[in-house]
Amino acid sequence: MSGTVLATVGRVDFGVFVVSAVIILAGAFGVILARNPVHSALMLVMTLFGVAVLFVAQEAHFLAAVQVIVYAGAIVVLFLFVIMLIGVDREEDLEADPLPAQRPLAAGLGVLIFFLVMILARANNWATGRPSARGVANGPGENVEKLGHSIFTTFLLPFEVTAVLLVIAVVGAVVLARRPPRLRDEVEE
Amino acid sequence: MTVDGSWYLILGAVLFTIGAVGLLIRRNVLVMFMCVELMLNAVNLTFVTFARMLNDIGGQVVVFFVLVVAAAEVVVGLGIIVSIFRRRAGATADDLHILKG
Repeated sequence: MSGTVLATVGRVDFGVFVVSAVIILAGAFGVILARNPVHSALMLVMTLFGVAVLFVAQEAHFLAAVQVIVYAGAIVVLFLFVIMLIGVDREEDLEADPLPAQRPLAAGLGVLIFFLVMILARANNWATGRPSARGVANGPGENVEKLGHSIFTTFLLPFEVTAVLLVIAVVGAVVLARRPPRLRDEVEE
Repeated sequence: MTVDGSWYLILGAVLFTIGAVGLLIRRNVLVMFMCVELMLNAVNLTFVTFARMLNDIGGQVVVFFVLVVAAAEVVVGLGIIVSIFRRRAGATADDLHILKG
């Protein structure tokens, strides 16, 4: 009885993985092949949701929520805002190729990267390292609790550094968004 | 939990490759930026998989920090793109030859 239940759970898990993988790869190809940047951004949302599903499938519930909220909710919206703002929402001619042989070279390089990564990963049996060096991830207990405990004890200093980083990013965005006064005068003239 | 971690790692590698190829072949700066996000997501997926395979919460913590850095990077990067393309039309990387010697 429990054997059949386990087999069914395994099949469901594998089905979830396959469906998510197809969604992720379709979205990724959509990002790099869509002519219109707006379509690329929407395809990016599709990929991000697929990755969020795989986070849930691997018990990273907090990261899945953050992935949807921060990436799909904030970053892609920011992309769309910028697309509208600088007005590049027109179709791009993908056939034109100012640099000859750029695309075959890029594709060849990509395949090379992929096989290098695969060989490295396979030679090291996919994952090496000491298990549970920073605390357990699987097993009983809430994922958020374990993650929060780790962030606020072991990784407290990096966490505070990210706060500084975010402040710097906000200040930098404000500085970049301001028009220099000299330029403003030129525009008015 | 029954899907083997190697499948996730292969998927992450494929996603990273697609992002890298996209970064090399596209000329629109915004799409290139999206390809960088694809690569970041591939690495995040890999980190979460390692966290599960090694039973170590550290992998998920790293993904948390990567998310923060990605958000900051997007804010500053898009700010730079807006300030560049406010003055010139067309958002392709080929138009940015002003630094050419």
